[in-house]
Parts: sequence; structure tokens; C-alpha cells
Amino acid sequence: MEVVLKNLTKKFPSRDRKNHEDVIAVNDFTFEIPDGKLIGLLGPSGCGKSTTLNLISGLLKPTSGKIFFGEDDVTDLPPENRGIGLVFQNYALYPHLTVKQNILFPLQNLKGKDKLSKQEMLEKAYTAARLVQIDELMDRKPGELSGGQQQRVAIARALVKMPRVLLLDEPLSNLDARLRLQTREEIRRIQRETRITTIFVTHDQEEAMSISDMIVVMKEGLVQQIGKPQDVYDNPINLFVAKFLGTPPINVFEGQVKNNKLYIGEDAVLDIKDTADQQVYVGVRPEGFTLQEDGPLCCSLSGVEIMGRDISVVSTNKASLNPTVRAIIGTEYKVNTQQPQVRFTLKPSKVFVFSKETEERIPFEVREVGRWEN
Amino acid sequence: MEKMIDYSKIEKNAKARKTVINVITYALLIFWAVIVLFPFYWMLLTSVKSYSSYNSEYIPKFYTLSPTLQNYVDAFTTVPLGRYFTNTVIFTVVTTAIMLVVITLAAFAFARLDFKGKNIAFVIFLSLMMIPNELVVITNFVTITNLNLRNTFPGLILPSVTSVFYIYLLKENFEQIPDSLYYAAKVDGTSDLKYLLKVMIPISKPTLITITILKVIECWNSYVWPRLITDDENYYLVSNGIQEIRENGFGRENIPAMMAAVVVISVPLIVLFLIFRNKVMEGVSRGGTKG
Repeated sequence: MEVVLKNLTKKFPSRDRKNHEDVIAVNDFTFEIPDGKLIGLLGPSGCGKSTTLNLISGLLKPTSGKIFFGEDDVTDLPPENRGIGLVFQNYALYPHLTVKQNILFPLQNLKGKDKLSKQEMLEKAYTAARLVQIDELMDRKPGELSGGQQQRVAIARALVKMPRVLLLDEPLSNLDARLRLQTREEIRRIQRETRITTIFVTHDQEEAMSISDMIVVMKEGLVQQIGKPQDVYDNPINLFVAKFLGTPPINVFEGQVKNNKLYIGEDAVLDIKDTADQQVYVGVRPEGFTLQEDGPLCCSLSGVEIMGRDISVVSTNKASLNPTVRAIIGTEYKVNTQQPQVRFTLKPSKVFVFSKETEERIPFEVREVGRWEN
Repeated sequence: MEKMIDYSKIEKNAKARKTVINVITYALLIFWAVIVLFPFYWMLLTSVKSYSSYNSEYIPKFYTLSPTLQNYVDAFTTVPLGRYFTNTVIFTVVTTAIMLVVITLAAFAFARLDFKGKNIAFVIFLSLMMIPNELVVITNFVTITNLNLRNTFPGLILPSVTSVFYIYLLKENFEQIPDSLYYAAKVDGTSDLKYLLKVMIPISKPTLITITILKVIECWNSYVWPRLITDDENYYLVSNGIQEIRENGFGRENIPAMMAAVVVISVPLIVLFLIFRNKVMEGVSRGGTKG
């Protein structure tokens, strides 16, 4: 089932007595979610991602805009008639019911022609339980389960009606790191098996990037960028998206474009062409640095962290907006930790230039020169 | 030579100290229990003494050598104790049942629904708790009399079918149930009423049981209102019934038979309390604390 959001807007009345302006939680969100895909809604807290999810689920009514499931306009439909499954951040299992009763609960509420016999209900419940591998825990109460098991019960309960759309609200945030890794693969597997269009909300970019077919990056109610995780990572549309995606985060420097050269502080790091002279922010991904003795970018070395599969060179630079510059290089490089300075060349594909005024990305092309000039 | 620590001596001392503390504790507890239980014993004792032996004791004895159940027979045959008993059961069951429905719905509305003036309405409700009962009795009496409901069950029952305090207790309990359960239930296709019945009430069961028991005790013991609103013997409850028995039940001052009647009407409450005493404490302590 494809989900179409058309100019979706949600305003909340302001609680502030002096300032009567409405709070815009979601601003003019238009997006077509293709059938059977896993979509990650991503953004810092308060960016409107949960509100968007609640609008799709029907727990909130949009101020304006439309929501379609396939051909059906569901904008004014109450949640129970939309055919959705929803997994809450705290799972919201009914504490007085056993796992089996929890999973049966949505089926028992079906009315009219959808009504099922007891046998059918049990069959469906066991199918859903097997899918998330909790069929051995059916007679326990939620209080007797671990966080990961509770989460699976919540997913089973959401899936048992075979919803048209599955919505997950920060499903992994209550789990510990190891379980989180395992469960997110599980979610991916379940989504692949059931082919249900799934939308999940997270503030963890790694989580979103690792399992989503597409991610939507949001900030203050506005959609910043929509695309495949790798595309968004490689081609961030503005400084916010570039900063939000990637661990360790991108290094941002004060810089300028002058005479077809890109400067970071005083160092001319790249030769570029056809870009007007201006003040800019320069973002460099940690993997965009190459250690080179006569490289153009000079930083004072503060330390080296050896991570096993690669080396992280921590240094400082006056022009850097982050307190430290973090470069990740291969283990084949040997870094002399005694030297006061390190020099890098930059990989052009990992360097992004943003306008200082709008923070929008400024595309640039590298001028082919024999070698980098200092 | 090194000074040896005599562990056996230390152990002995500790044991002795513990024994002394235990003896004192139990002595105090027993003393207290005797004080508390003595009236019950006296009631039971008197109820099994025969009328003649009771009257022949110039100084009442602490025991009897010829127990008799005649008093119990008298209590049920010469005075309409059975009818009082039935009236009380009807009054208690109906009042408690109606009250449970009323307070559950009210608490649900205050805890879960959004409507205009909710907070003001709740504050007004709470401020009602500060008006002493005796004052309310007067206005209730006038109302019920004007409605021509004296000497009827509705007249007895109506004024106590709601309770601000229990609404408050239950509302607090309902509010501890996370919102997300409500939303989950919405997505799962329940109506508000169904959510209340299938999720909120089962979760709040301990509090509801506590309220039920407290209300039953309250109904069983109520005296002032039934006394005021009924002067027809057919609608007497056990409380004002026993008063009636004392005054002109047996045709003479028959204390043993009266005590038998008192035993009969106390037993249900004692049994109820013994069965549910853990639940009462559980519900109160759970309802009182957050989290």
C-alpha cells in the first residue's frame, strides 16, 4: 500500500500567553511513500517526526493537507478504520493481559463482516507470534518479559491484523546497544517477509541509514531532504543534513572561495572552477582526509585513536567550528604522535561547500591540476 | 598472650537481648489485643448467657458454664431481625453497585476525556469534600422528603450513590495508566467505553476492590441517614433496627438476645474484612503513591 502525504500541515495552538503564534509541528509535508518500502523519518527531537507519524496513524488530525492510502483518502478516518499497526516507543502493552491476549486484542475488536471465529483468531495470533519468534512466551505477562521480548510482542500485536501500513515510533530507543543492533535487523527481516509499507521514526541516524530503503530528514517541521540513505549521505542538500548524518559527525570549517580556490582558514585546499567568490562553510567527512606530508590542510595534532579497523586522527584547526577535527584513515598509515602538526589532502567527493548565509549546498567542480598547490 | 575474643559469649548476649526484646514486644501486643478484643468477647459471651443467668449475676461473670443458643433463636423469631438484615443487604449491594458505576464513569471522564470546564468542575467536586456530612444531611433530608421518598429504598440509597473521595482516588489511579495504552487501544479499534472496560478497570482492580469494601462497610454501618429517613419498620436497616430492638423489641430489656442480634449483624463485616484485608491495604498503598 503506498502512502501519499499531500501538503500535510499540523499546527498546535501556542500555550504561551504573550505569544499567540501557533507552533507549526509539521509544515507542508508532501511525500509519496512507495508500496512495500521501509521509510525512516529522521531528525532531532522536536522536529515533527512523531507528529507526522501520529498524523498518518490518525491519532492526530492535520490542520490542513491530505493523507491517502493507495486510492483512499483517509484524512478524516479514525485510527481504527485505517488499517494501520502502530508500535509505541514504550510498547504500550496491556499489563493485565498475557502475551497471547495482547496479540489477540486487536482481532477481538473487529466488527461486522471482519469478525473472526476463535480458531481463526488463535491461528492469526500464532502466525504473528512465530514471525517475531515469541510463540513460546504466549502465556506470560508483559511484566515478565525483557525489553526486547516486549518489543517483539508490540510488533506482533501491530502485525496481527495484517495492517496496510506499519508505523514504528522510536521502536529501539528502550533497548540496550547490542539488542538494538539485533532488533533493527529483525525489523528489516519482518518487513521484507511481510512486504508491509513501514514507516519508522528515529533520532538515531545510524539506525535509520542501516535499515531504511529511504530516509526523510526533518528539521523544525520542515522536510529537509528525502532519498536513499547513501544518496543523502553523499549529497546532503544543506549544512543541517550534512551535520545530522554520519558518525563521527562531519567536520565543519569556516572558509571562503577566492579566485577559484577553496580556502579553509588560510589554507587553499582545493582548486575549483566556476564558483563565485564568497564566504562559505566547508564540510569534510572524516573519511575525506588523506594523510600526506605536503598536503594543503595543516592541523595541530592532539592525538590518535586506534580503533582496530581504522585510525582516527584527532587534531585542532583554528578555522574548525567543531572543537576537534576528526579524520579517519586506514591502518596502513603510521602517524608519528610526537610531531606537532599533521597535513592532509582532501578527497573532493567528501568535501561539501555551503553558503554562509543560507547554509544551502553550493555545488562545485574540481579544476584538474597536476598536483595540489600549497 | 593475645586476648581471645569469646564469640560464644557475644552470641549468648545477643540471643538474650533478642529474647528480652521479643518478650516485651509480645507482652505489649498481647496487652493491646486483649483491650481491643475484649468487647468482642464480652458481646459473644453475653449472647450465649441465658436471660435468667444474665440477670441473676449481680456482678457479671467473665465466663458462663451453661451456654445457650436460645438468644439467637429469639433474635430471629421475636423481632424482625431477618427483615432488617435483608433490607441492609439490598441497601448495601444496590448502593455499592450504583456507586461503582457512577464513580468509574466520573473518574474516567476526569482522567481521560477533554471537555470544557473539566478542571473547574473537578475543583468544585473537591471543595464538596470540605463540607461536613452533617450539613449535607439536612438538605438531603429536605430534598428526599419533597420528592416523597421517605420510607422507600430509593430514598435510602440515592444520597450515597456517589462519593467525591472515591472519584478522586480512582481518577488518580486512572491517570497513572500511560496515555500510550489509550492510543494503542484506539489503533486496535476500541471505543472509549470498551477501553474503560477492557483496559482501565482491570488495571485498576485493586483500587476498585478497596473502594468496594470500604463502601460496603460504610453502608453496613450507616445509621444517621436511615434513622432520619425511615420511620416505617419495614425499611429499617440493621443499625437503626438494633436501636428499635433495644427500645421495644422483646417487650423487656433483654440484653443477651440483643447481643445475639449484634453478633449476627457484625459477622458479615468481620468475615469480609478477614478475607480481603490484604487487598484493602494493597489498594490504599497503590492508590496513594505515584509510579
